[in-house]
Amino acid sequence: MEWETVIGLEVHVQLATKTKIFSAASTAFGAEANTQACAIDLGLPGTLPVVNEEAINMAIKLGFGINAEINKINVFERKNYFYPDLPKGYQTTQLAKPIVGAGHMDIALEDGTVHTVRIHHAHLEEDAGKSLHEDFHGMTGIDLNRAGTPLIEVVTEPDMRSAKQAVAFARKLHAIVTTLGICDGEMSQGSMRFDVNVSVRPKGQTTLGTRTETKNLNSFRFMERAINKEVQRQIEQIEDGFEIVQETRLYNGDTDEARSMRTKEEANDYRYFPCPDLLPVIIEESRLEKLRAEMPEMPEVRKARFINELGLSDYDAEILSAEAATANYFETVVQSGGDAKLAANWVMGELAKTLNQNDLTIKNCPVSAQVLGGLIARIKDNTLSGKIAKQVFEALWQGEGATADEVIEKKGLKQVTDTGAIEAIVDEVLAANPAQVEQYLAADEAKRGKMVGFFVGQIMKASKGKANPGMVNQLLKQKLG
Amino acid sequence: MVIDPTTIASIAHLARLSLSDDEVQLASGKISAIMGLIDEMQSVDTNGVEPLAHPLDAVQRLRSDEITEINQREELQANAPAVEKGLFLVPRVIE
Amino acid sequence: MSNKPLHQQSLTELSRSLQDGAISSTELTQHYLDRIKQLNGELNCFITVCEEQSLQQANAADRAIAAGNIKPLTGIPLAHKDLFCTEGVKTSCGSRMLDNWIAPYESTMTGNLKAAGTVMLGKLNMDEFAMGGSNENSYYGPVRNPWNREVIPGGSSGGSAAAMAAGLAAATTGSDTGGSIRQPASMCGITGLKPTYGRISRWGMVAFASSLDQAGPMTRTVEDAALMLNVMAGFDPKDSTSMDRAVPDYSATLNEPLKGLRIGLPKEYFAEGLDSRVEQTVRNAIAEYEKMGATVKEISLPHTHHSIAAYYVIAPAEASTNLSRFDGVRFGYRCEEPKNLEDLYQRSRGESFGSEVKNRIMIGTYALSAGYYDAYYTKAQKIRRLIRDDFLRAFEEVDVIMGPTAPTPAFPIGAKANDPVAMYLGDIFTISTNLAGLPGMSIPAGMVDGLPVGLQIIAPHFEEARLLNVGHQFQQTTDWHLRTPVDLRG
Repeated sequence: MEWETVIGLEVHVQLATKTKIFSAASTAFGAEANTQACAIDLGLPGTLPVVNEEAINMAIKLGFGINAEINKINVFERKNYFYPDLPKGYQTTQLAKPIVGAGHMDIALEDGTVHTVRIHHAHLEEDAGKSLHEDFHGMTGIDLNRAGTPLIEVVTEPDMRSAKQAVAFARKLHAIVTTLGICDGEMSQGSMRFDVNVSVRPKGQTTLGTRTETKNLNSFRFMERAINKEVQRQIEQIEDGFEIVQETRLYNGDTDEARSMRTKEEANDYRYFPCPDLLPVIIEESRLEKLRAEMPEMPEVRKARFINELGLSDYDAEILSAEAATANYFETVVQSGGDAKLAANWVMGELAKTLNQNDLTIKNCPVSAQVLGGLIARIKDNTLSGKIAKQVFEALWQGEGATADEVIEKKGLKQVTDTGAIEAIVDEVLAANPAQVEQYLAADEAKRGKMVGFFVGQIMKASKGKANPGMVNQLLKQKLG
Repeated sequence: MVIDPTTIASIAHLARLSLSDDEVQLASGKISAIMGLIDEMQSVDTNGVEPLAHPLDAVQRLRSDEITEINQREELQANAPAVEKGLFLVPRVIE
Repeated sequence: MSNKPLHQQSLTELSRSLQDGAISSTELTQHYLDRIKQLNGELNCFITVCEEQSLQQANAADRAIAAGNIKPLTGIPLAHKDLFCTEGVKTSCGSRMLDNWIAPYESTMTGNLKAAGTVMLGKLNMDEFAMGGSNENSYYGPVRNPWNREVIPGGSSGGSAAAMAAGLAAATTGSDTGGSIRQPASMCGITGLKPTYGRISRWGMVAFASSLDQAGPMTRTVEDAALMLNVMAGFDPKDSTSMDRAVPDYSATLNEPLKGLRIGLPKEYFAEGLDSRVEQTVRNAIAEYEKMGATVKEISLPHTHHSIAAYYVIAPAEASTNLSRFDGVRFGYRCEEPKNLEDLYQRSRGESFGSEVKNRIMIGTYALSAGYYDAYYTKAQKIRRLIRDDFLRAFEEVDVIMGPTAPTPAFPIGAKANDPVAMYLGDIFTISTNLAGLPGMSIPAGMVDGLPVGLQIIAPHFEEARLLNVGHQFQQTTDWHLRTPVDLRG
């Protein structure tokens, strides 16, 4: 039988606010345990929440970014359950009246077609703390630094049909939130976490199969593997005559293993109701207008511009527009370097390679976009050959100079374009290699092309790579007739 | 309305309250009587009435995104039943 | 200086004596500490007495006064209901759960009073987590009514009311979720004011039912309540439900004439269940107002009867989740040797909450649970709107509404212990003002069987000044508020 996979996603996006959603404690990652958990975050008696304006603004921007309606009246509710990383015994979230209503996102598929994924809604909520299971005499340690960090949860319709589509959606959402500047996009720090709902059904069937939910996937790679694994498992189960049990599953990316979470003794009864410590959030038209005016160019618009205005290929434009940090860096390189194609090659080539080797991202790249642009400008104006440019880049990376010009000056790497100086070297090389000159002159036109490379190599060597290769070729042609 | 002891026990579990058998029986009687008092409201015609969550038609005020809470871990953990290395300790949680 | 004993003097009188140098705050504080030592054993008003700290604060007040830096409440010894967080002082909420909890921060309201130069004598007994109307539900034992040790003082601010009646503080604070300031004020013969919801910050007031809770002053006179409210009220950015409105000088309008005041008497407040002697007392008080030139009109608040049902869904629902944070993990009581996490939760909560608190948590949990939410919670919220709208309509025709605070005088300790329905019906006249968020006040209006009876006055939202003006004028022509139990006159 042929099977069809149906996937829906719930994506938790940590908002890049300075403070928590309901308290004025810092959200910075990596602080010592419980040093960023204030009395409100700890749920101490008598404390009260006040909503962070920036979290509201960021949620609205997300709504714009996914073509969604903004609900002008939205309400925070309490989702009640007991867990040690949930200090108040309830999570403050939104249910009946979320801030972002229905929307949609288009994703480009490999075959070049465009697929629309509908967004059911997106709601604001607070993150929980962390349970640390290292051994504290058989106890679990609770760190509440993360408790109260604002999250926006994006809930899709079950509109994806393969792991690849789900990953394409996830990447696109990542591009949107980073472009909007509402999330730092650091997957390894849990800034974006995916819950995937997966079911399978015989191809052609319209009703949905029983789904399972695999929680808390924090990389695109794990997500793809977890989905494929789960699809495989479900198909095998059904083909072996078993029914799929609706359950929550955990996937371990390190071991590539998935398992069912311990089934709860009771059905969850979260007893949602409007939080009486908070009032309805009213979004005024003036706020929407102000935020609309602040909206940056979205990735797909940027991609189109890269193709149409900068003349990049579809492939290059896709890669360079996917992440805001990369796209912004690239645009600055273009501006200061003056050549889009060169800039694209360098950002996707030498720069990406070097960042990768050093385990760095573009955000903490030691060579700024302006500096790289300066280097490219020197390639464009023939001051540097491509080969020497790599040496200059290496020097800039090592901090051996603040600008390309400074490195070129200091190391004397300037390409020689003075005709007289090059001519002298050409003459010298020809004089030193009379046998090769004779051979060349005797050879027919077809062989000469290869043989000229020998002279070029010798001349470049003699000039320590600084002679302009174009001029060398031209002079050789003149001299050898 | 009668809230029988079985229901009481399941509500008590949902609310994480340990109750002795005697307490369950006693609570069943009292809560059934109170639910009787409450059920009286079902006679009120509330068709077309919007629920009222707060007495004043006020709206949420928003706080500017500035860090004003600084680390007070020592003071805030002074009352904690079990703490080690800055972490609150609980019996091992198994997921 | 007044000839009355210090503990029978009003804040205005005490403030004058402090200013004149006739007494020092230290002397006044010592006087109250002595009385607490003498009487608290039998009355059980205080959970915590801050002897050393209060004398330090008194000393600081005396120095401020000597430096000419005196505010209306400088040096005045107060005591707070034990659900207001007071930095460095145990804040128990009358519960075993918080018997070991030292608040690491100060509530906005007590902080305002501290900044005004007051002295804190200690923390007052109450029904556990403010759940109750008799002060029998305290981990620290029942409070006794100073007028008769065998009867209840009312609740949940029973310690606050009894401490005032016994002269154990110059003024106290309470909180009112369904009548918890006004009902004990009525039963102990003092003045108790519940302001408009949102008038006094809830920051640092341990929540019972967030959409109903409101702090307020409990005092000897209405004039004193105005002085207290001047300091307690105000906008607080830390409480989302605090209202950003200017605080008028409540003392400035106490003497406005009442000629032409339109008083509404809800017929539902003079119905079955009201003790006839209480009714007579209230009617006598209203007759006093007519003598002052007020007009009286019968009105109707048709949904009054349903307020109890709506309240006993909404308040327990909010309480059930407000009290989830008491889980034995980060603060408060933790059971001995928990077997596992579930055991820790269940026993820490089960062993440290009293039965009334547990019952209300269960009612609220049940009302919010799947399948019952609309039938109970949504229904109750709709009735809440009907109740509020009844009042808004009534205030189109009248300036204030008057009636009894409670249907009966205080009853014997234990009389209703096993009959929660009878206990809850006692809240019938106070609950609807909380549901509607209105300000209400109880002032002493007479005596029945040697026990005080209060008159309740209700005003439109944020009209505390009117309420205080109306109450104060009554106290200018009557002396019920000056009466004190014979054996406690000292």
